[in-house]
Amino acid sequence: MNQASKSFALHGLVAALLVLLYWVLPEYHSGNLARILVLAIYAMGYNLLFGYTGLLSLGHALFFAAGMYGLSLSLHWLDVSVVPAMLIAIAASIAISVCIGYLALRTTGVAFMIVTLMFAQAGYLTALYLGEYTRGDEGIVLKQADRVLFNIDLTQPDTRYFFALLIFTLCFFAIAYLVNSGFGRALVAIRENEERARMLGYNVQRLKLLAIITSGTLSGLSGACYALLFGYAGATFASVQYSIFPLLWVLLGGAGTTIGPLLGCAFMFYLIDLSSQFTTAYMLIAGICLVLLTLFAPHGLAGVIRKRFLPWLP
Amino acid sequence: MTLLSTVNLSKSFAALNAVSNVNFELPEGQIRAIIGPNGAGKSTFVSLLCGRIRASSGQVFFNQQDVTALPAHERIAMGMAYTFQITSVFSTLSVRENVALAARRVIGSHRQQVNERVETTLEQLNLHNKANDIAGDMSYGHQRLLEIAMGVAQQPKLFILDEPTQGLAEDEIEAFNKLIKQLAKQATILLIEHNMNVVMACADYITVLDMGLVLAEGTPAEIRNNDAVQAAYLGTQ
Repeated sequence: MNQASKSFALHGLVAALLVLLYWVLPEYHSGNLARILVLAIYAMGYNLLFGYTGLLSLGHALFFAAGMYGLSLSLHWLDVSVVPAMLIAIAASIAISVCIGYLALRTTGVAFMIVTLMFAQAGYLTALYLGEYTRGDEGIVLKQADRVLFNIDLTQPDTRYFFALLIFTLCFFAIAYLVNSGFGRALVAIRENEERARMLGYNVQRLKLLAIITSGTLSGLSGACYALLFGYAGATFASVQYSIFPLLWVLLGGAGTTIGPLLGCAFMFYLIDLSSQFTTAYMLIAGICLVLLTLFAPHGLAGVIRKRFLPWLP
Repeated sequence: MTLLSTVNLSKSFAALNAVSNVNFELPEGQIRAIIGPNGAGKSTFVSLLCGRIRASSGQVFFNQQDVTALPAHERIAMGMAYTFQITSVFSTLSVRENVALAARRVIGSHRQQVNERVETTLEQLNLHNKANDIAGDMSYGHQRLLEIAMGVAQQPKLFILDEPTQGLAEDEIEAFNKLIKQLAKQATILLIEHNMNVVMACADYITVLDMGLVLAEGTPAEIRNNDAVQAAYLGTQ
């Protein structure tokens, strides 16, 4: 079996496993898993930029929020149905990632981190400033009647889970295809040695911009799905915390692996979930685990698997 | 036919004129060496040619087109290949993927053609046994070879080699000389080189730079007997 078919089999297996889990897991956990799947799309988007292209953004909450607000504001204020609202959300994410990409790519390294962070903060403050429409921190609660797609009520646990799984699987396979394509390989080349990539004739700036747009759009898609499935959009999701989360998920799960974002997301979610049952200082436990993992598995969970067992892991 | 030429090409860094008013012509099919003492402006000159740095004034023509305003990647895409003075490969990727990255940029997403190009290139440079090795784990000499392989895979019109034999052992240099002769059948070669044995053995024609100026041009024999060159470069009076 060659590498491409192994990779396809692995991704199919993960998707099949996730289908089965719905019937195996108690409802509480399948609810959690739906949330994890949606957030994993966000992490996958982030991973494309950070793990594959080597650009560390600290402002991805802006893209997540663009999708989230794009959908929620349209549903809430414009009286449109889910499909056009979703299209507006995606258009908003694309537009914002084009702008941010164009501006932020004038910088590199630490300056890139700071610039993306600043833009995201500006986005967060804008969401608060426009409280009349966004309801700021309090947020918008979407009506159950608005969250219906082709007569399917997405507020039910089973439809919600499978909608999340469907979108996740599509993105999961799309990313697997993308990172194995010429485009994905060129991004890795930029990550590994930007000057060499340029002197091989790659248009590095253009490729980086495309990476930001793809990454930002996936993040926006995740934000839109999150609002749609869980019925809430608030300014917290635009805050710096939500820019740091995908970085942590990707670092924990394994940067530059297709499966890493899902693993990292699930790990972190349950780390917080379980530790908060014992203590209110759950972030301390989460922090210690993060430090230990970074010390002993600097390439994340999937990174360890790739190194020890499956060197072909995409 | 002239493949590459410059007209009054200059580059200054503050008060230092690294390259001044260089008029240079490289006919197609030649192996041209650029030599000169340390700090003569050789590396700056080739960086101006391939677009890594912008000229202060003057023009660069490649393949009958004015490329002075074009960024490096566009010049490379027109058929230049460049190897770095300090080995620069994708050190965490396999040898095959390194060469594939070079081939893919030229060929596009046609997988089979890319694979064929990669295999023939690896064969040509005798790297096919190492195809699956991680580039950064190989010996220095093999990394230099890989760097050249990445150029070959692009099938360039012009191949710029910046100090390719730096740090190579004697026997490796001999093999390199043969390789250059072989590559010259496919591409015009511009060689920046310190090692006089390599220059005298390979070059059809030599340009000598000193203090950013063209000091002399001629065949290896002419350059060897040129008094000004001897004074500036070899240090013999």
